[in-house]
Amino acid sequence: MSDMKDLQHSSIRLLAVASGGGHWEQLMLLRPTFERFSVSYATTDPALGLRDGIDPIYALSDSNRNKPFIAFKSLWQVLSIMRKTKPDVIVSTGSMPGLLCLIYGRLTGKRTIWVDSVANSERMSMSGAFACRFVTVALTQWEHLARPNGPKYFGALL
Amino acid sequence: MIFVTVGTQLPFDRLIALADEAAPSLSRPVFAQIGVCTYTPRNVEYSARLTPLEFDRLFSQADMIVSHAGIGTVLTAQKYRKPIVLFPRRAALGEHRNDHQLATVNALEGRSGVYIARTEDELRSLLGSTLTPPDMESEHPSREKLKSALANIIAGQKS
Repeated sequence: MSDMKDLQHSSIRLLAVASGGGHWEQLMLLRPTFERFSVSYATTDPALGLRDGIDPIYALSDSNRNKPFIAFKSLWQVLSIMRKTKPDVIVSTGSMPGLLCLIYGRLTGKRTIWVDSVANSERMSMSGAFACRFVTVALTQWEHLARPNGPKYFGALL
Repeated sequence: MIFVTVGTQLPFDRLIALADEAAPSLSRPVFAQIGVCTYTPRNVEYSARLTPLEFDRLFSQADMIVSHAGIGTVLTAQKYRKPIVLFPRRAALGEHRNDHQLATVNALEGRSGVYIARTEDELRSLLGSTLTPPDMESEHPSREKLKSALANIIAGQKS
């Protein structure tokens, strides 16, 4: 990658979102890629920012599909994060809070990318299957789950 | 030290109780992050939820990790080159919504430094063993392919 190209990339504003735990560990493995852009991070456990040296880190409530009311609350957090970070591209490794950010991104015409967790080796996660229906690109980390008009496979973190 | 973790989202009393009961007969101390388990350990030091910094500190001091089959812990074990014993949650016992952790251990079986306990007896026996850490990771071609494809996608280029 030439310096010229990197310079060009750094003008792209990227928002990278993941819940704490395995989703976040996967996001951090992708960090060298994200750092080529102008990246901001959001997660459900802001103490992770301290561990990984990310400041500022944007907080999202830990919503999941069993707690729809909190999902509604995190919608407001999503709006606030979008106002502050003004991303051109949004990428998430899961789960529900990331999905919310991608929905917002889709509605406002951003490029949206879902990377399904490597934990989902038999089928896409529920959030991932839903994301497939509207994101710009959905990736699976299992080759046998790739589909011509669905998730693509390029490689895996494990 | 043996570091036991079950994540912070769902209880996994079966693993914590087994480690707690086995602890007095082991030659090493055990520390457990028990998350939202309802079982209270009697024989081991524990914490409901460590901060990410404390978690990493204990993790790096341990010589064996014992965990539910959560990808976060597997990746952290890879990062710190620790042998890890995976004891998958089972949906039939109400330990998760589905059996994806069984699929995870099937997919990981045979990897260097990863040990699978499918039954409680296997887990007990692994707890008393000395396990070999994973080999030094030299290259990770599949990971690099994913990263470079992702860079192109973010930049809006054809991958």
